[in-house]
Amino acid sequence: MNIGYYPGCALHGSSNDYEQSLRACLSTLDVQLDEMKDWICCGATAAHSLNHKLSLALPARNLAVAERDGFKQLFAPCPLCSMQLLKAKKAVGDERVRKELSEIVEADVRGESEVLNLIQLFEKIGVERIKSAVKAPLKSITAACYYGCLLTRPPDVVHFDDFEQPTSMETLVAALGAKTVEWNYKTECCGAGMTMSNEQIVLELAHKILSNAAEHGANCLVVACPMCHVNLDMKQAAVERRFGKKLGMVVYYLSDLVGLALGLSAEQLGINRHFVTQA
Amino acid sequence: MSRIGVFTCWCGENIARTVDVDEVAKRAAELPGVRCSLNYKYMCADPGQAIVREKIVSEKLDGVVVASCSPHMHLKTFRKAAQAAGLNPYLVEMANIREQCSWVHHDRAQATAKAIEIIRLAVEKARNDAALQPIRVPVTRRALVIGGGVAGIQAALDIADAGHEVVMVEREPSIGGKMAGLSETFPTLDCSQCILTPRMVEVGQHPRIKLYSYSEVEKVEGFVGNFKITIRQKARYVDISKCTGCGECWNICPLKRNLSEFDYGMGMRPAIYIPFPQAVPARPVIDKSQCAKLIRNGCGLCEKKCKAEAINFKDEDRFVEEAVGAVVVATGYKLYSIAKSQPKTTLSGYGEYGYGKYKDVIDSLQFERLVSASGPTGGVLKRPSDGAIPKSVVFISCVGSRDNAKGLPYCSKICCMYTAKHTMLYKHKVHDGQAHVFYMDIRAGGKGYEEFVRRAIEQDGAQYYRGRVSKITQEGGRLVVRGADTLAGMPVTIEADMVVLAAAMRPADGIEELAQKLNIGYDEFGFLLESHPKLRPVETNTAGIFIAGACHSPKDIPEAVAQASAAASKVQVMLAADELTREPEIAAINEQTCAACFTCVRTCPYHAIERAELRTPRGAFIKNTARVNPGLCMGCGTCVSVCPSKSADLLGFTDQQVYAEVESLA
Repeated sequence: MNIGYYPGCALHGSSNDYEQSLRACLSTLDVQLDEMKDWICCGATAAHSLNHKLSLALPARNLAVAERDGFKQLFAPCPLCSMQLLKAKKAVGDERVRKELSEIVEADVRGESEVLNLIQLFEKIGVERIKSAVKAPLKSITAACYYGCLLTRPPDVVHFDDFEQPTSMETLVAALGAKTVEWNYKTECCGAGMTMSNEQIVLELAHKILSNAAEHGANCLVVACPMCHVNLDMKQAAVERRFGKKLGMVVYYLSDLVGLALGLSAEQLGINRHFVTQA
Repeated sequence: MSRIGVFTCWCGENIARTVDVDEVAKRAAELPGVRCSLNYKYMCADPGQAIVREKIVSEKLDGVVVASCSPHMHLKTFRKAAQAAGLNPYLVEMANIREQCSWVHHDRAQATAKAIEIIRLAVEKARNDAALQPIRVPVTRRALVIGGGVAGIQAALDIADAGHEVVMVEREPSIGGKMAGLSETFPTLDCSQCILTPRMVEVGQHPRIKLYSYSEVEKVEGFVGNFKITIRQKARYVDISKCTGCGECWNICPLKRNLSEFDYGMGMRPAIYIPFPQAVPARPVIDKSQCAKLIRNGCGLCEKKCKAEAINFKDEDRFVEEAVGAVVVATGYKLYSIAKSQPKTTLSGYGEYGYGKYKDVIDSLQFERLVSASGPTGGVLKRPSDGAIPKSVVFISCVGSRDNAKGLPYCSKICCMYTAKHTMLYKHKVHDGQAHVFYMDIRAGGKGYEEFVRRAIEQDGAQYYRGRVSKITQEGGRLVVRGADTLAGMPVTIEADMVVLAAAMRPADGIEELAQKLNIGYDEFGFLLESHPKLRPVETNTAGIFIAGACHSPKDIPEAVAQASAAASKVQVMLAADELTREPEIAAINEQTCAACFTCVRTCPYHAIERAELRTPRGAFIKNTARVNPGLCMGCGTCVSVCPSKSADLLGFTDQQVYAEVESLA
């Protein structure tokens, strides 16, 4: 199965370990990522805080390009990217807006491609299929599934799972033979882009998330967002210094766990390139 | 040749400001059939009516057109005036030159021209009017009350005390409704059971009240004054005519750990049970989904133990019919379901509050049971998870209410008051405890209500925060409530041992189905519709059916009781007469020309047309025909439009009249 792939800025840059993990894991499941050509920035947080129209036009152009190239499904591994694509898709439901955006991006925006986040992609592949392909059940793993702010929000844009008490990631992780915990910070903010402008906020939030997961008996976190990974993994040492305690919480991408269960090695998946690794 | 009088009203300035009433009167006088035409400042006032009466007599009028407001407003007024002057009231027509002309136009010349046209139509209609006589229908002097909560109880007792028989149908095993489960009531803190249970006993013992508990209304037939109600008596597996209520059965029942509906899951009950000790009737019922005998033919201990031989495992649903003249619907409310799974897609729960996930997050009715002397903890406030006494309790109001995002834009009205009450009851039981309240606004309109809330804050020390709670989590065995204090402009985090959610009020389950059976209206939320929000608040649009209590809108006990008494007094007025009169503007079928296709029988929304036979005075069959039941017909005219042989007509709005009106415009 070939699937349209919108990497966004992170997957080719700071989070290329995520891309490595995705490609390794998905090819084991016979899914090839077909990167769309000529993609541009999704606008991220910057565009919609400055100019509403710009924040729609950027993802609208990506939609138009994907549709031009015949991608029926478009996989965006970063939740911010997929949310922006969905936001544009929702906006072009209004014919007037659709015409205006098409004019701005000089392409016909139809908004017909199905936009998928990582969990949805796995669900599309099939939880049962993944379960039956498991070679190395993750018995030693007790995971706290962390959705962050954008996988489930805004609910009227993404229409994915329950936005306060989601469970889809737990279902997947359980299918891999791992245990999951009920905890409190599943859908709280990690601080996201504040990591550049106000690190203290990120450290506080990350501290809460990491310690709450540990208090509820988790030995690792699972994320499906490059930004969450940065704040929880890369910043973990800074959190430990700031709060004077050892956390040592490994933060996996969801694809890491699927890959491990399918029999791939940590090196193949790029887990060895994380900041916090199993000591 | 007609002798019609046209009376044009100024309506103060309402009409005269936009319409030239002198011109209108002058032009109306020239219309064919018009005998006299004049105008007056307030036609509806007594001097105005006197003019109408005087002209009817002096000019020997045989028709009247009043050009003024909507017929909804004053048709009855002028019909009465005409009748007083000896004219058949159905020879009066209204020309609405206010709502449909002066109020919606600015240009004086055009509005005046339009007013004249409207009057022209009305005059044509009046020229074709026929004198009609009101319809008389007999009355069955009994009433049905649906729902045995405080509203139903009040209505039933009022009607029965006035000397009429009452049939009460209650879905649950006992009457008492939500109020029977409350602890103490605002604003006086009198014990709910102490004031309600004597009334319940009165219902149970009243010689003129026939109580069907554990029963539902299955079918409604008939019409005002003459309803035929089919009642389903659900299989109770206990013969209440033999049962003495001794309690041997529920004491011996080994299956004691079933969640109690009456305690909203806060307590347990056996498989054979009475909902609460003061139940009326104090007769048990067997839950067939739990009883070992009924599931797998085991146990049967209660049957062996019952000396009265009242247990009947072969019991089945039974149907009985009751004839009544009037119906009071008092089916009450239920709480908004807070958890994330919702019965309707238009609603979305509060996943963020963790109701159903954290045991110590409960709703207000559950809290009532926990602080009630008759509750599962005997009135000692223990939290559900571990039975500890909560030292810090957070109350959140407007859970569901006033929240478009959650599907309910309306205010549930009573939550501000009962939340204040909850903080007091809590403080009175746990002296070293602290109550916190998150609110949007405090709505305490009512006698002694505002003072009551102030008391909760000032004397009993409840801490109020104006703001919403965004999330409840559990950390280290305590609930962490994170919200906003919008007055201080600060986020607030409170560690609590228990959280009580004031969930919105919604109409009881099955209200839509019941409303359809009764042919009465309901709004998008399922609340029953009154006939007029101000002037006919307990009537419905179906004659003979009245509403009371929270099935109409969220309301507290005093209001529900007042509305119940109001509905009861309307019923008493109805039942005081031997016959009812109804407006005669209903369908009539020309039975000679009727082709007996019965399209009208099938399309009539009120089931008011039936198949009949036309016979000679000696009883010989002539032909089949459709026939209108004058008691049921609401005069909607559907039959007139579907009749292929043009045999149906609407009295007071005949085809002839309508065509005459249309042709007058040509």
